[in-house]
Amino acid sequence: MRHRVLPGFGISLGYALAYLGLIVLLPLAALGWKASGIGIAGLTHLLGAPRTLAALRLSIGGALLAALFNVVIGLLVGWVLVRYRFPGRRLFDALVDLPFALPTAVAGIALSTLYAPNGWLGQWLEPLGIKVAYTPLGVFVAMVFVGFPFVVRTLQPVLASLERDVEEAAESLGAQRWQTFFRVILPMLAPTLLTGFALALARAMGEYGSVIFIAGNLPMHSEIAPLLIVQKLEQFDYAGAAALGAVMLLLSFALLVMVSLLQRWSGRWAERTR
Amino acid sequence: MTAPLRSRPVGWPRRLAHGGLILVALVFLVLFLLLPLATVFVEAFRQGIAAYVVAIKQPEALAAIRLTLIVAAIAVPLNLIFGIAAAWAMTRFEFRGKALLGALIDLPFSVSPVISGLVYVLLFGAQGWFGPWLDAHGVKIIFAVPGLVLATIFVTLPFVARELIPLMQAQGSEEEQAARVLGASGWQMFFRVTLPNIRWALLYGVLLCNARAMGEFGAVSVVSGHIRGLTTTMPLEVEMRYNEYDYVGAFAVASLLALLALITLAAKTLLEWRYGDEIAAHAPGGH
Repeated sequence: MRHRVLPGFGISLGYALAYLGLIVLLPLAALGWKASGIGIAGLTHLLGAPRTLAALRLSIGGALLAALFNVVIGLLVGWVLVRYRFPGRRLFDALVDLPFALPTAVAGIALSTLYAPNGWLGQWLEPLGIKVAYTPLGVFVAMVFVGFPFVVRTLQPVLASLERDVEEAAESLGAQRWQTFFRVILPMLAPTLLTGFALALARAMGEYGSVIFIAGNLPMHSEIAPLLIVQKLEQFDYAGAAALGAVMLLLSFALLVMVSLLQRWSGRWAERTR
Repeated sequence: MTAPLRSRPVGWPRRLAHGGLILVALVFLVLFLLLPLATVFVEAFRQGIAAYVVAIKQPEALAAIRLTLIVAAIAVPLNLIFGIAAAWAMTRFEFRGKALLGALIDLPFSVSPVISGLVYVLLFGAQGWFGPWLDAHGVKIIFAVPGLVLATIFVTLPFVARELIPLMQAQGSEEEQAARVLGASGWQMFFRVTLPNIRWALLYGVLLCNARAMGEFGAVSVVSGHIRGLTTTMPLEVEMRYNEYDYVGAFAVASLLALLALITLAAKTLLEWRYGDEIAAHAPGGH
């Protein structure tokens, strides 16, 4: 073992591990232990219940759609913020982080008020037959809100570092602007877009505060999975809450692994194209 | 940073397309981000400034503000110390399982807030692992302040570490090694070399950590029990007032949280403009 010049290895690592163990690992172990108490039969009963299925479908399906929407609008906003110059650009750029900074409960009541039938936006949408507040569409809107910054912030540094000469080459070879975008730029951005998609998806899937106010929370209709966990807790169904929590946790872990694999892939991609 | 080698002049069809894209982006930002923010303040002052002040000065609101400050004042410094320790170990030494440790630090970001609260209920609640023991010794964690603090620590754990690790990795340890070789003690090295090098990134991380700690809703909601004046932080007070149809009251408290968000954003943007190099590239994450 080589002699260490820098001090504090033992104490810093020991402290970090002890802290993580107490704050993160021990509580998660309690979740696993309580969830396993429900047994296979209990789990199939829980996951087979129509109400659970509806909640999971809304949380996962809504999050998928919201993340997809965020990829499209996030690409557009990121592109505009990086490529074009217009008055107020820096202000709008700072605004992108608002969903990160605004507490979810505040966002929740604001969105709910905004899209209520007499709200600023709701009063225009209602006559068109578009109901947002207290419907699955409201869940979608809240999920778009919380997931939006992930795509833009993942994309911006990559967009800024794109080599312009590739585009110039495509255009000087006679490519139309849209051809350059879809055949040259988009393929280069694909790994980054996928990462942003996964991050926005993970966030929206577990989101609670900003969704529950606008959702209306009707069972089988607009009730999200995290709310169902809270309901089970309030009915003292600890095993059920733990099992549903564990299922959702495993889903987001799968996503986390996917993100890190994608990041590795996009890193290699960047090296190869350099 | 406009293209230096753009050969063709930009014709009007393309300028029109640029204008159209800018317009769509701005309309989205205004409708989806600016309008909700504006709603908070407009609703808070809907019945005038006097009603706003009354709503803020109610004892439950003041108790909620106090509790929020207390929770953040415990959670943020603890996560600050953890962040420095974790970043020091991860960027200055080689050891097995480093990647795993990094993944563990990031883990709370990928956990639903509700689950972050649930795990502590399962640990310390009446039916939890330590529930009966705690009960026998008269210690209350769930439905009490310690539970709120624990859930908040869990949710905000990654912020500081996440800012420091990439920066300290990029900076390397040459200056610190030089300080040691020249005879500095461990603490001298830390306070005179390490800390000045990471101060802006540290502030940046603390800022984000604090904003989330004060604004956290889902996790504290599960462990709080909603005992008014005792275990309701500001976001929980917002929820309770809103559910009681006290909209002015709810938005009045919400406006304080929105103000905190705006101050955080402004300070964050300022730090990025002035000290962008010293904060270094940070990965986007669940802020």
